Amino acid sequence: MKSWMKSTALASLSLLPAVAMAAGAIDGDVQKQATNWTAIIMFLLFVSGTLYITYWAARRTQSASDFYTGGGGITGFQNGLAIAGDYMSAASFLGISAMVFEKGYDGLIYSMGFLVGWPIILFLVAERLRNLGKFTFADVASYRLQQTPVRTFAATGTLVVVALYLIAQMVGAGKLIQLLFGLNYSTAVILVGVLMVMYVMFGGMLATTWVQIIKAVILLSGATFMAFMVMASVGFSPETLFQKATEVHAKGLAIMSPGKADPIDSISLGLALMFGTAGLPHILMRFFTVSNAKEARKSVFYATGFIGYFYILTFIIGFGAIVLVLNQPAFMETIVKDGKPLTQLLGGNNMAAIHLSHAVGGDLFYGFISAVAFATILAVVAGLTLSGASAVSHDLYASVIKKGKANEKDEMRVSKLTTLALGVIAIVLGLVFEKQNIAFMVGLAFSIAASANFPVLFLSMFWKGLTTRGAVIGGAIGLVSAVVMIILGPAVWVDVMGHAKGSAPFPYKNPALFSMSLAFFFTWLFSVLDTSKAAEEEKAKFDAQFVRSMTGIGASGASKH
Amino acid sequence: MNEDILKRVQANPKFAELVQKRSSLGWLLSIVMLAIYYGFILVLAFSPATLGASLSGGVTTVGIPVGIFIIVSAFVLTGIYVRKANTEFDQLNQQIIEEAKQ
Repeated sequence: MKSWMKSTALASLSLLPAVAMAAGAIDGDVQKQATNWTAIIMFLLFVSGTLYITYWAARRTQSASDFYTGGGGITGFQNGLAIAGDYMSAASFLGISAMVFEKGYDGLIYSMGFLVGWPIILFLVAERLRNLGKFTFADVASYRLQQTPVRTFAATGTLVVVALYLIAQMVGAGKLIQLLFGLNYSTAVILVGVLMVMYVMFGGMLATTWVQIIKAVILLSGATFMAFMVMASVGFSPETLFQKATEVHAKGLAIMSPGKADPIDSISLGLALMFGTAGLPHILMRFFTVSNAKEARKSVFYATGFIGYFYILTFIIGFGAIVLVLNQPAFMETIVKDGKPLTQLLGGNNMAAIHLSHAVGGDLFYGFISAVAFATILAVVAGLTLSGASAVSHDLYASVIKKGKANEKDEMRVSKLTTLALGVIAIVLGLVFEKQNIAFMVGLAFSIAASANFPVLFLSMFWKGLTTRGAVIGGAIGLVSAVVMIILGPAVWVDVMGHAKGSAPFPYKNPALFSMSLAFFFTWLFSVLDTSKAAEEEKAKFDAQFVRSMTGIGASGASKH
Repeated sequence: MNEDILKRVQANPKFAELVQKRSSLGWLLSIVMLAIYYGFILVLAFSPATLGASLSGGVTTVGIPVGIFIIVSAFVLTGIYVRKANTEFDQLNQQIIEEAKQ
């Protein structure tokens, strides 16, 4: 027992770099490549298709409800695809297949953590969320609590998560596009920013959802084709695939077994992935786009199926890349790193899936997959932007500033202006962070979602005793402790600030185990200590909330049925 | 929601039944999922060699089918819940709503 505890501080847990990898699809410096016309043409096709959808959606987006939830008319199947699409970012497609390519089995472990959160969301959260909320998760958290403090807190949590995620996506997009399309970094970042603003500002949730659905379908089709070709090359025998992979991989048989893992960090990462998902605002808002609790349930079922299938595909793709791409001269390059020559995949290991597409499908399919990778980033940033805009216009403007008396026209105008502002901010941050190490950002976003948003949301639905004071103080402690622990942990202290390895004051890369516990504890403590009259009233309102969360009586959108 | 409807729902024994059934299934399946996943994490942490053992003499390890099993189990468990909820629970819920409106 002692020995592994000791080694924890030093051991770089095999699971953890994946979070890093998932952050920016591409880390470090990349070379601009020759202009890839096939990819550009395919991408233009995608863009014109999605802009047409935006035009179509814009004509149907009249009310605030249309803008935030697409009018609540998305089916469970469509929503399941859209949720899966939010999850299948370029980072997880390229990052996880790269991790399998590099480490084999450990890549599979990582994708499991991402998946198993979904059943829990379904069993405990999804229906209640749909029955209680209207546009944002703050609707649910503040249902029986004081609007101003709770919504301000929830909007802050949303904006912080959205900002971190957006930066990671923008920087990843810029580097990826440099590699795939041969465009400038700044051109790429501006292009992503402009397109995402157009989707969201004009097409609202309807366009955002359809862009996500289309992307999910083409990404799943492309990945299926690649996995099929890989399996065909080994006569559909997994054993042959693994056999060949272990023969050529530098790590040999080790790629078939889990690497070293520290228990505390693994559990902490598992918690962040599992409950972070249940606290990500851009995922939670998708539950308000369906008409009722039944469709909400179905969406999780389909999403779990698609995501699980996708992860199995990326596992095959990663192994396929080992067999078909690794050590093939056409796909390798030698760079100088830390003064030493290093032979690696052209553009880095994150390019494993992209090179595999070239190996199995030639120039045309390579262009297709490159275009899909770009499309994926666009679809994900559009969802993030919409979620940020909703937090500002619905939670801060309409509920906090106007005390619920804003007229719909003004609220819509604020949401569109916020979308524009977020687009500008995203572009600026994307340019500012070009040379920065942003690998920790998605990990941080997940930790904050799990430590600030999730505890408050969960307790508001499950615990009668929750009061405004408890929610705001406990949630804030979760948020601050997650940020502080990440900064003092190896991901920022060592990797970003450049302090010596092992010198980080907080020894773990993933703070969720600790920051979540703190958030739950202090939310409980300050709720129990709260003996104010307001607290009594809030507790008294729980019964009515509970009945609505269970039966859906009075739920928004339920009148249509 | 007006007070009358609220009182009627709360007084309805079917509501208690719905809450009881849905919560116990939800928690049960959650515990199953958590047990599968964290069981796996613990094996990973304390006995990784178990997962690295050869499955049937070849290079394929025990960890591969275990990994696939966890992914499939997540899907199957959600399927069980959705099936139960969309038929039995929704029916019960519908009755509660109608009885509350009378």
